[in-house]
Amino acid sequence: MATRPSEITIIGGGVVGLSVALGLLQARRRVTVLDGSDGDFRASQGNFGLVWLQGKGADFAPYADWTRDAVAAWPGFAAMLEELSGTGLALDQSGGFEVFTDRAELEDFSAALERQQAHLGNRFSHEIVAADDLRRMHPGIGPGVVGATFCALDGHVNPLRLLRALRSAVSALGGRILSGAQVSDIAAATGGGFDLSLRDGRRLGAERVVLCAGLGTTPLATQLGFVTRVRPQRGELLITERLADRLPFLSSTIRQVDEGGVQIGGTKADVGPDDSETLGMMATLARHAVTVFPALADVRVVRAWGALRVMSPDGYPVYARSPRHPGAYLVTCHSGVTLAPLHATALAEWIDETSNAPDLEAFDENRFALSDAA
Amino acid sequence: MKIASRFLTRPDAAGAVHLTVDGEPVTARPGDTVAAALLAHSGDASRQSGKGAPRTAFCMMGICFDCLVEVDGRPNSQGCMIPVRAGMVLRRQRGLRPLAGGGEDA
Ligand SMILES: Cc1cc2nc3c(=O)[nH]c(=O)nc-3n(C[C@H](O)[C@H](O)[C@H](O)COP(=O)(O)OP(=O)(O)OC[C@H]3O[C@@H](n4cnc5c(N)ncnc54)[C@H](O)[C@@H]3O)c2cc1C
Ligand code: FES
Repeated sequence: MATRPSEITIIGGGVVGLSVALGLLQARRRVTVLDGSDGDFRASQGNFGLVWLQGKGADFAPYADWTRDAVAAWPGFAAMLEELSGTGLALDQSGGFEVFTDRAELEDFSAALERQQAHLGNRFSHEIVAADDLRRMHPGIGPGVVGATFCALDGHVNPLRLLRALRSAVSALGGRILSGAQVSDIAAATGGGFDLSLRDGRRLGAERVVLCAGLGTTPLATQLGFVTRVRPQRGELLITERLADRLPFLSSTIRQVDEGGVQIGGTKADVGPDDSETLGMMATLARHAVTVFPALADVRVVRAWGALRVMSPDGYPVYARSPRHPGAYLVTCHSGVTLAPLHATALAEWIDETSNAPDLEAFDENRFALSDAA
Repeated sequence: MKIASRFLTRPDAAGAVHLTVDGEPVTARPGDTVAAALLAHSGDASRQSGKGAPRTAFCMMGICFDCLVEVDGRPNSQGCMIPVRAGMVLRRQRGLRPLAGGGEDA
């Protein structure tokens, strides 16, 4: 007997797909999440865990606004998610630094923050901190640091617990999560809805589909007539042994996780579908960390890994409805941790097409259509 | 000196290596790892985790990090990966290591 298709099928069970699923479940939709396999690239399992506003959307006001709203929504979102899942997220939003060892980079970034400030007005504030002031504030900061910027709204969360909490919350609200469910083909069904073929031969029906498949998005997006193509960007990370002491600051490249280890990250490389870590980058990261905070020289790294960011052509989120196939949606972004609270509320309303759904036109994929055709 | 352990060592010890654990003399066999020597000495916990739970070597092959111990002033050393040396000073760890005081790089 054929099972009744669920109202909304989400393809991809990373942070983005699960956040959307959570929001739709809270709006009382029936939701199925089809998630691929452990062999897939999964940004949600290898990221840095920042809940970060500083610098975001300096050159694209809608993204500055969206991120500002997401950061403001995090405390309530975390409380709700912790309650639903019974998992602590270790959210800490007590402010963060961008620390610089290069004067020109500091100046460029300060200028970007001015542009972001102009977009956000009194909904944002930032400081440029001179190196000596920074060392007075945090005496452990090394002499190689030339200055920093600070935003009191920045913070971090435990990203693996976020993923786990989202999975349990989705299940707790009656959502179905199917693992090992690799969608290989998707087509509009005669009479409405969609037919999905899974790699293992299973076929499933869906009334509406939301494509949130991270780096697996492009082939399915193409089949649905979307023009967005995502590309991988590799980031490498280190984590040290756990420490009894707390580092006195959070930065976008050095963050002490709640369990005590110090995570070091922030590299960017366009190397295609390859998430391996490299000795060169490990050394660069370690050197950076010791320059910023020399006491770390003595602390051992216990693990290094690479993970691939999911990047749209301009790096900003894409929230698109298929013009050709009503009921098909494309959702992809970088910074899916930071944006999770809005994906579970405003974006879910937009997918659900409720009357109070926000206008997300700025994030439509029509911004790529011209360059794509050229 | 050996105190009651649940672990048996093979009887063919050729020579002995003398070290200390928390100041107490311990005899090990040449070629033993620090973790093997600690298990043979007493099957007691060789450290306390960050949350105060008792731990001792588990996998004996460098994977689980449950065998962490301070070796010659260096905390968080993997006992199962380090052979014993005469005169080694071992300390059981209580909780996580501090930021300062990681010892010299070997
Ligand atoms: C190194 C690094 C650091 C980062 N740091 C931060 C940070 O500090 N803060 C922040 O906010 N963001 C950060 N990010 C970004 C964040 O991790 C991503 O935006 C987010 O994880 C993307 O989630 P996702 O669900 O879109 O993708 P993924 O986590 O990749 O999930 C996609 C899912 O889709 C599944 N899938 C793929 N193809 C198919 C298919 N055909 N059928 C079914 N399922 C499929 C996969 O199995 C996978 O589970 C970082 C990313 C990286 C790589
Ligand atoms: S006993 Fe497992 S790492 Fe040493």
